[in-house]
Amino acid sequence: MTESQARLETKIKTTSLNFYYGAVQALFDVSIDVPAGQVTALIGPSGCGKSTYLRTLNRMNDIIDGTRVEGQVLIDGKNIYSHDTDVVLLRKRIGMVFQKSTPFPKSIFDNIAFGPRIHGVRKRAELNDIVERSLKRSALWDEVKDRMNENAMGLSGGQQQRLCIARALAVDPEILLMDEPASALDPRSTAKVEDLIAELRGSYTIVIVTHNMQQASRVSDYTAFFFEGRIIEFDTTQVIFTHPEEKQTEDYITGRFG
Amino acid sequence: MKASRTAFRKVWDKAFVSIVLLLSILSIVPLFLIFFHIFKEGFSSITPGFFVNLPKPVGEPGGGIANALVGSGLLVLVACILALPVGIAVGVFLAEARTNLFSTSVRLSMEVLQGMPSIVIGIIAYLWVVKPMGTFSALSGSVALAIMMLPVIVRTTEETLRLVPRSLKEVSLALGAPYYLTVLRVVLPAGISGIVTGILISVARIAGETAPLLFTAFGNPFMNTNLLKPVNSLPLIIFNYAISPYDDWHALAWGASFVLIVLVLALNLLSKVISHRFRVEF
Repeated sequence: MTESQARLETKIKTTSLNFYYGAVQALFDVSIDVPAGQVTALIGPSGCGKSTYLRTLNRMNDIIDGTRVEGQVLIDGKNIYSHDTDVVLLRKRIGMVFQKSTPFPKSIFDNIAFGPRIHGVRKRAELNDIVERSLKRSALWDEVKDRMNENAMGLSGGQQQRLCIARALAVDPEILLMDEPASALDPRSTAKVEDLIAELRGSYTIVIVTHNMQQASRVSDYTAFFFEGRIIEFDTTQVIFTHPEEKQTEDYITGRFG
Repeated sequence: MKASRTAFRKVWDKAFVSIVLLLSILSIVPLFLIFFHIFKEGFSSITPGFFVNLPKPVGEPGGGIANALVGSGLLVLVACILALPVGIAVGVFLAEARTNLFSTSVRLSMEVLQGMPSIVIGIIAYLWVVKPMGTFSALSGSVALAIMMLPVIVRTTEETLRLVPRSLKEVSLALGAPYYLTVLRVVLPAGISGIVTGILISVARIAGETAPLLFTAFGNPFMNTNLLKPVNSLPLIIFNYAISPYDDWHALAWGASFVLIVLVLALNLLSKVISHRFRVEF
């Protein structure tokens, strides 16, 4: 642990987390402290468990048959796997953006308004407000403000992904989980999403899974390197990308394996 | 030797293709014969009066099937009201539930129910509804038809909902939507065209059912819209007139058959249109 990290408040604390898909163990003794208001990147080769780890943070794995969790995930000091956790409230606090952009087959407006409506916002004026604010935050407003009633499936891939980010922001989460949010996008759209992450930094605690080393180094403050279900190294992005302690980390980052 | 074998193989190849074609053509012949025959025999009965008049006594011309049309509509409507909520709910359950003893039993029950002879379902409705009520009734007929519809609705709902991508559901859950709202606002709307198609197919199927109505709805020569009284229906009127000894009534039976076939055909075509035109793309 570096000094700068110690000074930051911890938002998500994971202690000795083990995760199983049936009999197959996917995560081994994962312990990291994700700092508040920072961007933390999870890197590692395919199948290393980084997406699985991300999905343990909002209990998304709950809906998959035969999965099991051991250990603790503390958000603001409270174990989200304890029995008295309300998963619905938990997920409201934690936005998620998926690899494949998945707009609902509804209008642009209804996509953004979906979350607020679920959580009880009924007044049209208030909804208009939230939708506009969310779309502005995700830098999509100018492109879609005149076509709010069009089906969101008609947007381009990059726009769809920013729509998904706006939709996640509309429920006012504290944490934003992003599972390879730009892997299916062209370079220009990717740049826009990265700019967006940079802007959201500070307001939200962001955890992002990425396969793209340059992206991790560009957008993140901290980086965790996963390999075969274990955390090999976790430090500031600067340390990980300039002088990592572990040989494996260095090999992966420099492209010698993975 | 070799040349002749090649020639033989080519001839055999041609013959095989011809046989397959011939049998395919043969398979559609019955359908066209049915249409042709019913059209020929039934079309002459079709007059405006045929749809608005009640059946008339033997020898009196100009009888109609108004009571059977209204009765069939009533029976199907009430059957839908009974079967749709249950069928869609069970379909959702089977699509969403984890595989366990209970969900497997439910699915198996629906398959068995689907294969149940319709006359048996009629008897059951007789025991459950007609006997306790002490009278044949439209309601008992609708109960029998609802039991027949149920497995079709369950199966099409389940199959449709299984096609809804899991990612869509995950997005909704990740936004903090409770499970039931995810099903109501995301999963069901995404599968609505498939569910509607299933409903239309099941309606088309029960609209022509006779056996379950024989000792439930029973038939009624008069107009009736009271659910608690016997009611006529298209299949029943066809059955009763066709087994009668009078030519006038035979003509009515042909006419009613024609109407029934056109209705069922229209429902089937409509379901095709809906499943193609209104499919939600992902």
